[in-house]
Amino acid sequence: MSVTTAKRPNAYVGSPVERVEDLRFLTGRGEYVADLTREGQWHAAVVRSSLAHGRIVSLDVDQALALPGVRAVLTARDIGIVPLIPLRTGLPSYQPYAQPAIADNIVRYVGEPIALVLADTAEIAEDAADKVISEIEPLPLVLGWDQSVNGQILLIGDTTTNVAGRHLASRGDAAAAFAKAPYRRRETFRVHRHMAMPMETRGVLAEWDSATSHLTVHGAAKAPYFNRKSLAKMLNMPEASVDCMECDVGGGFGARGEVYPEDFLIAFAARKFARPIKWIEDRREHFMAMNHAREIDADLEIACTRDGKLLGLRGNAYIDCGAYIRPSCITSVRNIATFMAGAYRIPNFEVYGTAALTNKTPAGGFRGPGRYESCFFFERLMDIVADDLKLDRLEFRRRNLVTADDMPYPLAKLEPSESPDGFLDSGHYPATLDACAHEFGWADKLKLNGTVIDNLHHGIGLCCFVEGGAAGPRENVRLEIESSGDVTLYSGSSAIGQGLETVMSQIAADALEIPMERIRVLHGSTNLLHEGFGSFASRATVVGGNAVLVAAKTLLETVRNAAAERFQVSPEAVLVANGVANASDGRTLSFADLGDLKLKAEGTFANSKATYSYGTAMAHVAVDATTGFTKLLEYQVVDDVGRAINPLTLHGQVIGAAVQGLGGVFSEDLPYDENGQLLVGSFAEYVMPVATDYPNIHATTMEQYPSPNNPLGAKGAGEGGIIPVAGAVGNAVAAALAPLGVTIRHLPLTPARVWELIQAARA
Amino acid sequence: MQIAFTINGAPTAAEAQPRVTLADFLREKLKLTGTHVGCSHGVCGACTVIVDGAAIRSCLTLAVQADGCHVTTVEGLSPSGDLSPLQAAFRKHHALQCGFCTPGMLMTLHALLTDEPYADEARIREVLGGNLCRCTGYIPIVAAACEARIAYQGAKVQP
Repeated sequence: MSVTTAKRPNAYVGSPVERVEDLRFLTGRGEYVADLTREGQWHAAVVRSSLAHGRIVSLDVDQALALPGVRAVLTARDIGIVPLIPLRTGLPSYQPYAQPAIADNIVRYVGEPIALVLADTAEIAEDAADKVISEIEPLPLVLGWDQSVNGQILLIGDTTTNVAGRHLASRGDAAAAFAKAPYRRRETFRVHRHMAMPMETRGVLAEWDSATSHLTVHGAAKAPYFNRKSLAKMLNMPEASVDCMECDVGGGFGARGEVYPEDFLIAFAARKFARPIKWIEDRREHFMAMNHAREIDADLEIACTRDGKLLGLRGNAYIDCGAYIRPSCITSVRNIATFMAGAYRIPNFEVYGTAALTNKTPAGGFRGPGRYESCFFFERLMDIVADDLKLDRLEFRRRNLVTADDMPYPLAKLEPSESPDGFLDSGHYPATLDACAHEFGWADKLKLNGTVIDNLHHGIGLCCFVEGGAAGPRENVRLEIESSGDVTLYSGSSAIGQGLETVMSQIAADALEIPMERIRVLHGSTNLLHEGFGSFASRATVVGGNAVLVAAKTLLETVRNAAAERFQVSPEAVLVANGVANASDGRTLSFADLGDLKLKAEGTFANSKATYSYGTAMAHVAVDATTGFTKLLEYQVVDDVGRAINPLTLHGQVIGAAVQGLGGVFSEDLPYDENGQLLVGSFAEYVMPVATDYPNIHATTMEQYPSPNNPLGAKGAGEGGIIPVAGAVGNAVAAALAPLGVTIRHLPLTPARVWELIQAARA
Repeated sequence: MQIAFTINGAPTAAEAQPRVTLADFLREKLKLTGTHVGCSHGVCGACTVIVDGAAIRSCLTLAVQADGCHVTTVEGLSPSGDLSPLQAAFRKHHALQCGFCTPGMLMTLHALLTDEPYADEARIREVLGGNLCRCTGYIPIVAAACEARIAYQGAKVQP
């Protein structure tokens, strides 16, 4: 096994640099979309379906229109042919299930837009929205994946199934392996519906310039260039006539920044009325309108030898996608199949991911899509097997984790898929397991496992994981030397609160050998570059960062050539170092001296190979059997990210994501009743982690195996913090309660549910 | 109706509709958009401002209730333009990511540490329990608050 150590040839990359963004955020000078206003703007409010499935008989907008200050009410009839929202991955089977921009005749979930009210103020628009009277004739409901798959009630006209897509991830010959396996175990698991829930709700401000027929849409995030393409297509406009502008973004987590119905409706209204139109989502509608996530059921069977060598895994995962397929939903379906046992070497593999439609809010990506869930399923299964076969839980995993000798290790082949076959790129996965066991003190804490102290049941658990990152296809950067000699960096990546400006500045400053303070980063908006891709799938630092390297190299070459011309010497006689061009005779020219030339350089980093960070998490819990309340005493994660550009922001990503994941385990839930009504609508019922909940979270980062797939050696690392949480904590709770005869197969582990499980086991 | 109050040390007077919240009034009328509205339900704490020394939810307070009061928002935390010790500690500990909850966090902590500069970590966590953050996991926010305490202790003796 070879161990490489990341090189540190420079000052900023690898250092815990304080963030550039913080200065404006800490002084109240950030500019989020709700902070924008335009002269003469109208405010919009969305009228939403109160039924989960039904036929719109009538929409009476007269009372709303009669309210003073109301300017217009738009319904599907005013739109004409209602466009579908384009998907970000183009597998054809999904297309008929894409969401219409407004409900046209049929509503399919509570919260689906049915009308848009425009008024002089937001208050009047909201008052008027309450006065739109809808008559909706109820249709029979589909509320679970099983009912969806049987197809007795079809949700989308002109289709023959509610299954929008089905993918098989396979390797080897599972049937043969299972036929002769000495040990098999089959279990069913479930992760419940919850959501990303950024602190800033969504918002759109759209402006129409009649003179140039140009549309500008503020409030973009994540993938502004793709979204421009989508909006242009939906509005039947040339792409060049639409710009999507990025403001400061109050959290993304995978859910913000896809095209939602409102993005189209507000833009449509701005064009129709030639007015700036502003819409800011309120929290209640955010619950029913923004992407839900995570609701997956799995039925898995594992095969191994009695001493713990994995031979095969097969089974099915059913994703409850809600009423439509939204732009990023397919990622969870693909990931749940491909990465069901992501960190492990399993020679025979056959796992299906099935996308099933139901009458609930549509689902989409949420940090670690498909991976958070698969870690819970598979790592629970591993512990069930370990318990059955009396295997040491660490040794069982160590024996089957992917090692440095296996690299590059082929992922299970996914069909259908539009992506090339993938490989785990580098690493030695048992290394993080051993490091985590050391940091956590597994051997010592194991003595507490299954014991009862002061009526608290103690348990420890672990989870090994991989995180895919650096999604392609490419990213673009332009660097320009200003007249002051400072450098402006235009990036196609976008910022969603993760510190993009800081990280891009670090990389550029090192590459150009100038102080970070001399670099200004502009990003995200579609008027900056001819093409960009954005921030999703933990890609911005890796793909965007490597594009900075390419552009910087070209810019330095351009500086050298320009200086040579001024010096009247050949370029070979000029050395550019530390922001200064030096002639061999001692003459110098700074960037500022060349500032009048407006020197610039573009850089593109193309990437078809993903990176894979990996790691291990361990948890120690104490469960109060009388209340069902679980206290998380200790949580430790160790990951290897190849190369940390900024350890400060990286650590922040990991710790923050871990706590976000704990919300999903213990308290966050989006339950529906039998009528398809969402039962939560505020933070009072949707319980997210608060400051008193989880003080003992520790993260350690290793940089032993840089990615071979990019010059920085970096790997995507924005999601790894959340991926192993349910696996590690679920196993810890399971270990604590095993002596009571409780088996944990479902999330969430709210006090009420845990108490019920304990009561059921005692009965 | 006409209201008058002191905002970040300066007197202001303006017309306020009776139904307008203090949060909307600050943001729309006074253009102080540093105060953020995250839920409008009084749960998330992003809109926290300080009124006569107390941290309050400006989304649950009517603008007219501020009549005659001293109101401080995030824009008033560092009049000199430099970061205050609390703000600097936030930056050092990476206690903010997207920045949306940050103004509310700062105002809650500024009120707490002004009153109780010797608050221990448990007390800080308890008070922060009324402010939601989705990015940081709170750990660096608590660390920043603990570090900033000393700057508030000058005038007060440990109880």
